[in-house]
Amino acid sequence: MDDAKLNEIVESVVRQLIAAGAVSGIQPAGAAVPLNQPAPAPISAPPTSNLGLTIDLPDPTSEDLRYKARVKNPCDPAALTELINSTTARIGVGRAGPRYNTASLLLFQGDHAVTQDALYRDIDQKLLDEFGLFTVQTNVTGGKEQFLLRPDLGRQLSDEAKRTLADKCIKKPNVQLVVGDGLSAAAIEANLRQIFPVIKQGVQAAGLTMGTPFHIKYCRVGVMNDIGDAIQPDVVLLLIGERPGLGRAESMSVYMGFKPKSGETDADRDVVCNIFENGGTNPLEAGAFVVQIAQKMRQNQASGVKLKLATQ
Amino acid sequence: MLLRTKLHGKTYEFPDIRLLMGKANEEKSGDRLAGVAAETAAERIAARLVLAEVPLWVLRENPAVPYADDEVTRVIQDGVNETVYSEIKDWSVGQFREWLLADTTTPEMIRRISNGLTAEMISAVTKLMSNLDLMYGASKIRVMAHCNNTIGAPGTLSSRLQPNHPTDSPEGIRAEIYEGLAYGSGDSVIGINPVDDSYSSVARLLDMTYDVIKTWQIPTQNCVLAHVTTQMKCMQSGSPVGLVFQSISGSQKGNDSFGISVGMLDEAYALAKKHCFPAGPNFMYFETGQGSALSAEAHNGWDQLTLEARNYGLAKRWNPFQVNTVVGFIGPEYLYDARQIQRAGLEDHFMGKLTGIPMGVDACYTNHARADQNAIENLAVMLTAAGCNYFMGVPMGDDSMLSYQCTSYHDAPTLRQLFKARPAAEFESWLVSLGLMKDGVLTEKAGDPTFFLKR
Ligand code: B12
Repeated sequence: MDDAKLNEIVESVVRQLIAAGAVSGIQPAGAAVPLNQPAPAPISAPPTSNLGLTIDLPDPTSEDLRYKARVKNPCDPAALTELINSTTARIGVGRAGPRYNTASLLLFQGDHAVTQDALYRDIDQKLLDEFGLFTVQTNVTGGKEQFLLRPDLGRQLSDEAKRTLADKCIKKPNVQLVVGDGLSAAAIEANLRQIFPVIKQGVQAAGLTMGTPFHIKYCRVGVMNDIGDAIQPDVVLLLIGERPGLGRAESMSVYMGFKPKSGETDADRDVVCNIFENGGTNPLEAGAFVVQIAQKMRQNQASGVKLKLATQ
Repeated sequence: MLLRTKLHGKTYEFPDIRLLMGKANEEKSGDRLAGVAAETAAERIAARLVLAEVPLWVLRENPAVPYADDEVTRVIQDGVNETVYSEIKDWSVGQFREWLLADTTTPEMIRRISNGLTAEMISAVTKLMSNLDLMYGASKIRVMAHCNNTIGAPGTLSSRLQPNHPTDSPEGIRAEIYEGLAYGSGDSVIGINPVDDSYSSVARLLDMTYDVIKTWQIPTQNCVLAHVTTQMKCMQSGSPVGLVFQSISGSQKGNDSFGISVGMLDEAYALAKKHCFPAGPNFMYFETGQGSALSAEAHNGWDQLTLEARNYGLAKRWNPFQVNTVVGFIGPEYLYDARQIQRAGLEDHFMGKLTGIPMGVDACYTNHARADQNAIENLAVMLTAAGCNYFMGVPMGDDSMLSYQCTSYHDAPTLRQLFKARPAAEFESWLVSLGLMKDGVLTEKAGDPTFFLKR
């Protein structure tokens, strides 16, 4: 392609951009810098324009910027804000052609960047101490990376853990509460203080006995079978960190099973999920709810799909 | 059985078909977890050299789980057209690959051969395909289906509107639906993953989505992806159901862990034909994904690609409207990084099409995998080139309830504009009639959810 042709293309693109109001301050098309000449080095530009440049941005993750309506000329601007406020999903984001606006695109990328942290952290020891939770471990011995790649090991209590539970735990309680890190330590940190007392009081109020609560490091849901074998409770309630969402790692689940034992599967379990404040299931409500489910499991002597079929 | 080759002067021998199949796969963390992955890159290719010579009948006679022990195997084996099978049973896997790719092999010829295949044969040939082979091979196979509209027609690309919400709030979900519709998403289905699996909550979401469909006369179908037993109850109680959904697994044991069986899905299918409101004849929706059997320790020692192929053979029994793999959904223990996710996405789409089902893909990743949004945008482009029926449409690709990222409301129109593809025909007419689309391109009005507050 010869230079004249290239210039022609460049000029027409610039004309279009100016016409669309996408850019301003570009030299008029006729005076565009020919491509074969080196662009003027910054040093040769008038010094005042550089001195005038100050970029000092507010945090795009602040509430008002995160949930800012970005649709151009909406039919109903007031209603747009209401729609945006009704969900944690990223709506009302507008578009650039069929693609995202720059602000929404960069917010997304920023959220992705911080998300990974939650995975690689352990639950704060102070929090565990506060609730008197001692720690046992699964068969994962090679740190978080192994935990991620070997879910099978995260479903087995280590031999040492089994001995510790044999020593320290009340056997055959009505309800056994267990806290596991799962895929987000932050989820436990965000919800334990609210949900723990509610469950404890709920269990007592229902006239049920509560086992000795403890914490499992490198924990997967399937470890409930080993807990059942070791302690033989009627119902296991496992509080566990869900995998982190985009820029949001505080979502916790409670997985539940009636008399879990080795060989059982997810079909034998129930779950209350998406527990977090401001937008999810409130941890206080969730606590009350799981106690109800525990009672239902005991009444029907079943959990999971069996419980569902029994109560339908 | 002797399965042996030399490669660069070294001898490689494989004890049985199971390990040969595992070692022939592209590298996947899940196969390593299952203990069936090749130890070295050279061993992987040696396995492929041997596999290329294996006749198809050997694969039929070595299913991943024995016929007597597994109803998924029985469904697939009993579904084989014996006339077609007898024509191809002596082909080697390598020969089968070349036949699929040959310019003289037409889409019609492939659709016919599909009926003589079992999942193990489909898995085997997939292992011999490069990424571009998988795209090209799949692009030859269009599988269409009809419910309230038509999915999979050549030149179309559909989008499942997936308006999930962390508490199932009907208002929040409705807002997300409006946003999605405003981008031309929703021609495959308006399909919600519920947080609360109870009958009353699921029924409420069915009513709400049906109300939107009726109010705006949208040529599409609704679905709430609860456990199938909940949806059955909804149908029996008179809820408006468009598609009936279930996640499935490639072995009977896997399906046990999902709390389902072939008999249960037969029943669900019968109820769907009796109660679903759309025209049909296709009423079922299934999701799959490499690793789901292994995650329930239900893989019987086989590789995840083969288990995945068995999902498609199983799904075919119920003439689905749509099936998609949720590739990359579970996590890095099965697909470690962007490269493995992309490979699996191409494999699954190809295998589904070769099985003869209307295949879409949820191109996605979780935050604990080594991948990012660019990786799945790439995958979506490759799959559109391969003729994928549909993708997911999620607000900016961030599913704030399922905690994973996939394709967005914006991606379908972008891919359509990039590939000159159109939404499902009925749905496009609807978008055009509202002034949201013209000549296959979004109009000025598009992208504004408050547009749908007018009625
Ligand atoms: C990943 C996932 C899956 C994966 C699990 C495989 C795996 N190895 O992780 C797959 C794709 C197989 C799956 C399947 C299903 N899932 Co699921 N899943 C999730 C998800 C997105 C994340 C779970 C998580 O973070 N777990 C924490 C980690 C630490 O646990 P883990 O030990 O690594 O993994 C175990 C759990 O994830 C568990 N699990 C996953 N889903 C479910 C569902 C139920 C009912 C149970 C008891 C257990 C369970 O299975 C894993 C292996 O034991 C959640 C959404 C969320 N926000 O939590 C939905 C979620 C838990 N699943 C849900 C549902 C409905 C299902 C299905 C029943 C869908 C269907 N209709 O078939 C099936 C079958 C589940 C079963 N009984 O086996 C619902 C539960 C709703 C409810 N309150 O009952 C959720 C909340 C999502 C949703 N709204 O649709 N799921």
